[in-house]
Amino acid sequence: MATDTSSVLLPDALEVIVQELRGRGWRVVAPVRRNDAVVHDEITSVTELPIGWHDVQTPGSYRLEHRGDGAFFGYAVGPDSWKRELFPPRAALLSARRDGRASTDGPGDTAGTGTDDGAGFVVTPAVPDRRRSAFLGVRSCEVAAMEIQDRVLLHGHHVDEDYRARRAQAFVIAVNCTAPASTCFCASTGTGPAVRAGADLVLTEILDDDHRFLAEVGTTEGAELLDLVPRRPAEPADVAAAARAVQAARHRMGVTLDTEGLHDLLLGNLEHPRLDDVADRCLCCTNCTLACPTCFCTTIEDATDLSGDVAERTRVWDSCFTLRYSEMHGGRTRTSARARYRQWLTHKLATWVDQFGSLGCVGCGRCITWCPVGIDLRAEVAAIRADQEAGAGREGASR
Amino acid sequence: MTTLSEDVERRGAMIPRPHRVRARRQVSHDTWTLELDPVDGRPVAIGPGQFTMLYAFGIGEVPISNGGGGPGEENRLVQTVRVVGAVTRALCATEPGGVVGVRGPFGNTWPVARARGGDVVFVAGGLGLPPLRPAIHQVLRDRDGYGRVLLLYGARTPADLLFLDEIETWRQAHGVDVGLVVDAGGPGWSGEVGLVTRLIPGIELDAGTATAFVAGPEIMMRFVAEDLHTRGLDLDSVHVTLERTMRCGVALCGRCQVGPTLVCRDGAVYRYSDVGPLLSVKEL
Amino acid sequence: MAGLPKLAVWKFSSCDGCQLSLLHCEDELLPLLGRIEIAYFPEATRTELDGPYDVSLVEGSVTTPEEAERIEAVRDRSEVLVAIGACATTGGIQALRNSADVDELARVVYAHPEYLDTLETSSPISAHVEVDHEIQGCPISRGQLLDTLLAILTGRRPNLPQSSVCMECKMLGTPCLMVTSGIGCLGPVTQAGCGALCPSYDRGCFGCYGPKELPNTAALAGRWSELGIPADAVARAFRTFTGNAPAFREESDRHG
Repeated sequence: MATDTSSVLLPDALEVIVQELRGRGWRVVAPVRRNDAVVHDEITSVTELPIGWHDVQTPGSYRLEHRGDGAFFGYAVGPDSWKRELFPPRAALLSARRDGRASTDGPGDTAGTGTDDGAGFVVTPAVPDRRRSAFLGVRSCEVAAMEIQDRVLLHGHHVDEDYRARRAQAFVIAVNCTAPASTCFCASTGTGPAVRAGADLVLTEILDDDHRFLAEVGTTEGAELLDLVPRRPAEPADVAAAARAVQAARHRMGVTLDTEGLHDLLLGNLEHPRLDDVADRCLCCTNCTLACPTCFCTTIEDATDLSGDVAERTRVWDSCFTLRYSEMHGGRTRTSARARYRQWLTHKLATWVDQFGSLGCVGCGRCITWCPVGIDLRAEVAAIRADQEAGAGREGASR
Repeated sequence: MTTLSEDVERRGAMIPRPHRVRARRQVSHDTWTLELDPVDGRPVAIGPGQFTMLYAFGIGEVPISNGGGGPGEENRLVQTVRVVGAVTRALCATEPGGVVGVRGPFGNTWPVARARGGDVVFVAGGLGLPPLRPAIHQVLRDRDGYGRVLLLYGARTPADLLFLDEIETWRQAHGVDVGLVVDAGGPGWSGEVGLVTRLIPGIELDAGTATAFVAGPEIMMRFVAEDLHTRGLDLDSVHVTLERTMRCGVALCGRCQVGPTLVCRDGAVYRYSDVGPLLSVKEL
Repeated sequence: MAGLPKLAVWKFSSCDGCQLSLLHCEDELLPLLGRIEIAYFPEATRTELDGPYDVSLVEGSVTTPEEAERIEAVRDRSEVLVAIGACATTGGIQALRNSADVDELARVVYAHPEYLDTLETSSPISAHVEVDHEIQGCPISRGQLLDTLLAILTGRRPNLPQSSVCMECKMLGTPCLMVTSGIGCLGPVTQAGCGALCPSYDRGCFGCYGPKELPNTAALAGRWSELGIPADAVARAFRTFTGNAPAFREESDRHG
């Protein structure tokens, strides 16, 4: 959506943005090409972007190819999501130290046994990293994923402190997607390809006669940054070209996911035989969940140092595909691959709505591409739906 | 001095507060009751049915139900812990004077007050009695507000039956109808043998006004709910408490999902009418 | 004074590499020795303190009648027994002989096979005695060994995840090699713990940590075939360091 605040930047202007942000001491994190994939890393210049590269993604396969042009953002999402930045694989929660004496001289932010004997301990909450980060090249699906994680980690009764700190420090420069992969289906989940909100700046890359970016402002902070950058006001032709590029992307997306009645379809088919079929193929390797930009399940790891006097607790990514995830003292609730796949699929597409008020899926397709055996949730859902519509699958619904 | 909620707000829900073990009682061959005082002097206000995350230094954390609420137990946490793993072993081995960490209280409460005016039946299986204990005491403090009060309690063996002295007090001083049953009797046991459900046909209660509070293994709760329903109780009036391993206790880790619900946030107390269908799905 | 807990390190049929992991804990070793006393560790010290031992680390598999007896004695004298390494947890590379004629192999390998007194099979420690913890890997990870020792000293459960190597790749940010390059990788069926070392160097996982929990080896082997990897290569891949682990052995057998 272009407004009066839209302007046009030339490629060099992006370098000005990067240098301006770095000059402020911020980290600038952006897509880079490494290990045959587009991943996220800190950059020092826009020249480190995967310029001129394109990804070909199909279930279980990802290949980079030359585009034959100088596009900065000519690829879809890679294996990394911004979750890695905002909700990293490991985050310290606290350290605790055995407390042999009275503890009055420690940092203010501790809770300890305070006085008398030596049997207690002092707990010090972890201090989140306070350095600001700018994320460059965030796709619409990824902005949507951030909003979904916000609902889970910020907007419930309790807040994940590490996430809150990282989220508050994030400056989001989004890019309307003009290069979806065949595994993408954000148009089905209503989360793309155009960014609607949630970014400080939104760029659209235009690759016709002259390479340029339509820039739209999302926040005051975004506007202030744009003021420092060489640009010209957008003309109707620029706005139209950007809209055409995004519209084309919408049409280039591959298989869709029919979300109509999805919640009841899946919860009404908890015993569907298709789940046995998936279980034969599924490796329970956890790749889909860890690549997913919204999956937030974690465990807590306890450790002690060599002296035994300092204990640490760390939040660590977990996955509903591990056995320990459903472990209780009486055993495990989900041992079969069928039950674990069902937990994941129904959580993403159905029970997430009950729990947090939205789908847990943004249509980024990572779970499809990065599944080593290429299981495609769109196909699994379609199979259950087709069966349902054919009048079968009644067994599951009646149990 | 800050209040507890400000403290949680400031330091986050994931930070345990040290509590000193005031007293420790062995209540069965593998189960201990800990009484905990906050080291900072600010007591945790915990309701019947709520739980805390108890932390053993360097070892880990487990969710433990509120097992207190008895006379003289105000302003302290009373939690009954069975040794099933490393953390519970360490907690139960903490001597009086030792310190454990506490987060919480978390979760919702047994709707005891809403049961006022009618009969109340408590059904406990195994370690299900401690989570019901605060609710039982709430009813007994207001004994005239309720009709018949029943406790049906089953355990594996007579040695697994907890709080028998207290149960005797409930029976004699408060007119609680008590039924005890064990899976395996043995010498010296002259009472009922079998599952706790075998007690249900013999109870007297006004099904129209009665409320049931049930805690125990999932399979037991399912059969109890069905049998109470057969006795005329509406499944809306049967309340159960679900158990899932939790890591965070505050709906941030995803661990305690049962279908559409997060046990730490939406439970652990549920109307059976809401969760019964979920419990019947294998491996949900 | 009760003294420090006693640690013993035992060697069975193995290459000593896993025992050395303990000595490789250079920075940590001295502080560790403030909490535990090395009572028996021929590789490191001549001290020999009589049992019983609080913790025994057992390296190697059982391949001789003498070892089959000795492991019973070790168990009897150990409060906690930890099997360390692929040999101790699965039978190791030497278990390749389990599906061959041992006499014939002995004739091929040794000039004087008559001096050998060996069992038909190489078997993991758990086939003989109860094992409290298993640290998988060839060799084991120093970090997992330290964590396990500290966990035992603290009374905590060791952090020994049984999930896949994929979790470590994803946490490190290593793009999946099967997906980006179509090369065979055993990561999806192999237990984590190595820190996804090989994939970090663009090599598929060799499975040296052994099968993960409930591995779907058939689905992975099926995918390898789709990627054009021949059946004999699939059979070999599942029959290396931990090829005697039932899940890997059975999958290997299915391909030749």
